[in-house]
Amino acid sequence: MDDVQHFAGPPDWLWYILAYFFLAGLSGGSYVLATLLRLRNAPGDEPMARIGYYIAFPPMLIAPLLLALDLGQPWRFWHMMWNTTPGHPGLNFKYWSPMSIGSWALVVFGAITTVSFAASLVRDGKLRLPLVRWLDNRPFTIFGSLFGLFIAGYTGVLLSVSNQPVWSDTWALGGLFLVSGLAGSAALMLLLARYRPEARPSAGMLSVSERLYALLELALIVVFAVTLFAAGTQGIVFGLPWLVLWLVALAGLAPGLYGLVTERLSADGAAAVRHSLAVPLLVLAGVLALRAAVIFSVQV
Amino acid sequence: MPHITPGQAYGFFTDTSVCIGCKACEVACKQWNELEGNEPSFLDGFDNTGKLDAENWRHVQFHDNVPDESLTTGNGKAWLMMSDVCKHCQQASCMEVCPTNAIIRTEFDSVFIQPDVCNGCRNCIAACPYDVIGASHVNGIAQKCTLCYDRLQNDMTPACAKACPTESIKFGPVSELRQTAAKRLEILHAQGVTEARLYGHDEKVYGGLNAFFLLMDRPEKYGLPDERNAVPPSRNNAGGYLTAAVTAILGVLGGLIALRHRKEKVTGAEGESDG
Repeated sequence: MDDVQHFAGPPDWLWYILAYFFLAGLSGGSYVLATLLRLRNAPGDEPMARIGYYIAFPPMLIAPLLLALDLGQPWRFWHMMWNTTPGHPGLNFKYWSPMSIGSWALVVFGAITTVSFAASLVRDGKLRLPLVRWLDNRPFTIFGSLFGLFIAGYTGVLLSVSNQPVWSDTWALGGLFLVSGLAGSAALMLLLARYRPEARPSAGMLSVSERLYALLELALIVVFAVTLFAAGTQGIVFGLPWLVLWLVALAGLAPGLYGLVTERLSADGAAAVRHSLAVPLLVLAGVLALRAAVIFSVQV
Repeated sequence: MPHITPGQAYGFFTDTSVCIGCKACEVACKQWNELEGNEPSFLDGFDNTGKLDAENWRHVQFHDNVPDESLTTGNGKAWLMMSDVCKHCQQASCMEVCPTNAIIRTEFDSVFIQPDVCNGCRNCIAACPYDVIGASHVNGIAQKCTLCYDRLQNDMTPACAKACPTESIKFGPVSELRQTAAKRLEILHAQGVTEARLYGHDEKVYGGLNAFFLLMDRPEKYGLPDERNAVPPSRNNAGGYLTAAVTAILGVLGGLIALRHRKEKVTGAEGESDG
């Protein structure tokens, strides 16, 4: 990535955007993990898969509200989709603008998570919706997972496609946010499995995947740091007070990395993980801290 | 000046060598565009405006440039002054990232934010490499210099250029301004002012700037990216998406590996319970 002299001003994206990035990661990641769990069609994984589809839905209700509230003119949120330039009505879609693609992806993924949420209710016997039953199949969830991966990761690309210091100095943010979202989703699903005992047989899969995601996230944090050192902007994001947030982010990786060292890919330790409340919360705090450090350090 | 003709590219040539820092441009801009301005900021030097933003569409920069060594006559390096403004780039970063198409190119080839279309997402602020755009606290939308679009439509010179007493700010067809700038640079160089240089007059910076400058020092001194760095933000699309795509593949593979290990475990557990 070309280094850039930075004279761009801060856009003042603050907690609404942080909350959105956090929720987008969890929604997209949970949907993907739920689909993976359902891939082998094993009845034992179905309860945990439903937890994933349940988790994916509420963020897609809240996220558009957060994004609209962050706008200077919230009632014009629909201008993202429709061109209101006099004399030029039509759909707004700019494939080279991550914010434009993201707006559409949010709409599509919002619809997908709604269907999968309703389908989980149908499977749990809480609803009877024939259309949802018809839509609820493997191709649909795999298609939805592609959008889930996009929603979890594009937020990092959106930051990079700017002229801001740090954000535009690295190409790692998209991948970093994506894998962080996956790790957080695994932790959240494990956390919620406490309240659904029949989902516990799948805890091993989530526990092992969290270890792998922690390793991948650590690798991407290193890449992120190296690219910033190359651009000379590392001091902005790794200085105080942001260092505290990075420590929380790294602490969130600790359970996964520790599990990888001690148990490798064995699912034996899953029982300890699924009974722990602190570990998933620590991982989720790390997911939030990572995004906060990246978003806020650049805008002070 | 001849009539302002739609379909022709208009812009500013700001010759900083004759800027006296009077701020008449700032005042005229605020008066015409009914901008309230911000509370004065008491900064070093004579700058009480701070920066370009939603309330300041012209900003006179003051840079203390007193050199250590003695000067030759005519170099005048004690202060660098520049009336900064939106550059109306040919490859405008703000226009590129705007998701609502609120930022358009007008019939005068200027970059204009449509106030009734912009929804205040502020993506353009993150993208503008010149820190030109600000979000208005009054109406919530992004605002910047319009090249006095309304005045141009009524065959009038932009307010800042009209008010500039030293003609540091020149307005006209871009092609004519480029010729004027080239002649001025030639004169300064002939006078021994070797530091003088043009910025944004050719296609090397964002495809060419419709508001370009004659500078008395390096572009970075005035907060302007040099030719090597002046690249639109879409340069980062490929790298960003590629990393995300590779991570997505690795993420799915990681999940599948974990699933395989879980499968063995559950099968074993099921076998045990069956037994």
